[in-house]
Amino acid sequence: MAVAAPRISLAGSGALLLDAAQGAFSDAVQHRVWAVANAALGLEAVREAVPGMNNLLVLFDPLAATAADIGARLGSLWAKADAAEVAGRRHTIPVAYGGADGEDLAAWAAHCGMTAEEAVRRHTDATYTVAAVGAMPGFPYLSGLDPRLAWARRGTPRFKVAEGAVIIGGAQAGIMPITAPSGWHIIGHTDVKLFDPGSETPVLLRPGDTIRFDIASLQA
Amino acid sequence: MIEVLTTGLPNTVQDLGRPGRLELGISHGGAMDKTALAVANLMLGNEATAAGIEVALYPFRLRAHVDTAVAVTGADCRVTVADRRYPPWWAMPIRAGETLVVEAPRAGARSYVALAGGIDVPLVAGARATDVKGGFGGLEGRGLSRGDRLRLNPAQPLLPAGGIGAAVEERRPAPGDATELRVLPAAEFDVFTPQAQAAFTGTEWLVTNDANRMGYRLAGETLSLASPLELLSHGIVPGTVQVPPAGQPIIQLAEANTCGGYPKIATVIEADLWRLAQAPVGTRLRFSFVSSQEATEALGARCRWLDSFAATLKPMRQPG
Repeated sequence: MAVAAPRISLAGSGALLLDAAQGAFSDAVQHRVWAVANAALGLEAVREAVPGMNNLLVLFDPLAATAADIGARLGSLWAKADAAEVAGRRHTIPVAYGGADGEDLAAWAAHCGMTAEEAVRRHTDATYTVAAVGAMPGFPYLSGLDPRLAWARRGTPRFKVAEGAVIIGGAQAGIMPITAPSGWHIIGHTDVKLFDPGSETPVLLRPGDTIRFDIASLQA
Repeated sequence: MIEVLTTGLPNTVQDLGRPGRLELGISHGGAMDKTALAVANLMLGNEATAAGIEVALYPFRLRAHVDTAVAVTGADCRVTVADRRYPPWWAMPIRAGETLVVEAPRAGARSYVALAGGIDVPLVAGARATDVKGGFGGLEGRGLSRGDRLRLNPAQPLLPAGGIGAAVEERRPAPGDATELRVLPAAEFDVFTPQAQAAFTGTEWLVTNDANRMGYRLAGETLSLASPLELLSHGIVPGTVQVPPAGQPIIQLAEANTCGGYPKIATVIEADLWRLAQAPVGTRLRFSFVSSQEATEALGARCRWLDSFAATLKPMRQPG
């Protein structure tokens, strides 16, 4: 498929943002973002490649290469990237839906015009893809939410949303890896640990991984 | 071992942070003023990666339980060891039982207290820095409390009795001056109205009291976009100046979220991030655009200065 040339802009003296978004999130563009992220790490002077949602932040050593040089190389990587499937891992996340740790379940189901059982069934029917990891340690930006389950974020974020909260924010699904502020809606809770700072591999979910949610319990 | 006597939770164990893990959502973190911590470690003969204490709430007092050496850099503070007074940016011996006191700064905001050998806390995700937001690293992932005891790595400090100091002339802004920050334009600069673009560099910005290791909210003129903009989440670096819909900028700093979604008007150059670390609440800021080349030259100059300072210390490190 034809993919338009990305916009490349400065993000300080040692980073460039490659933005390939064309309106709504695209899975095809995201596959190319992953491919270019991997390839960029092979460029001299490149320190980090950070996939976002249809965009890529590349950090480099400005004392070893100029922004113009890195920008040109990223542009050509993008043009010839082989957006092959990333061999992601599959995860099943058991969720206790509703109850005290899923306080927005009823309101979410009502917003979607469904019973809680129906909303949960649809939430577990889909296969989600980890598009990017970021904002907080190990937080997965998940694509694949049934559009009928989307719900715009809260007007006022909660000051604390607990680690393990299974959440909905707009057209995206997510899971809280740490306890932190969030404006997303809480529909359940999982005991699966997404972030373990003491581990060799501190973050469970990586871009390209796929997820299915499983009903551990349901309290409507 | 040292014992913390007087502190506040904003005071944390910090090193040079965790670069290389943004793709995991882990912030760079580390000292807000990395040059100041680096100089403190250099004066003590520590590894560049050694951990010290970032002090943002004063007074800060600690007691040494061993004979060792301490360096205090960063803000311009009154510093005493057992009532002996030392200039800022100084490294000096401290004996078992003696107390170090760092008083509230006359200028600047953050002080760095390094100890010979460095603070012995576990490496977590590649660093000893405290990540306050994530609650890991440093001492149990939290700020320091009264009574905390911190172990030191073994070291043989080689300091003259009166200690040694570092001369850092650029660190002394005239009182009352606004802090000047050099910036590069960021992705959405062109989407702001001409009035907003002019106001960004033409007016002063106040550091509000919503200012911490994650970022500083600023107050000033309202910066508006020429047309509404919906951005998907994207990676951001420390120094990114975001403008949320209300039009008041936020500068993202060491412990910022690794991804954001607000339009970005500019990025403070890496060589000037220390100026923000040393800008207390109420500081007036002024932005000016520079070229990528100037930004890189400023960074290079700082690296060369640190290298030459390390070279001048070398003769002291020869035992005997």
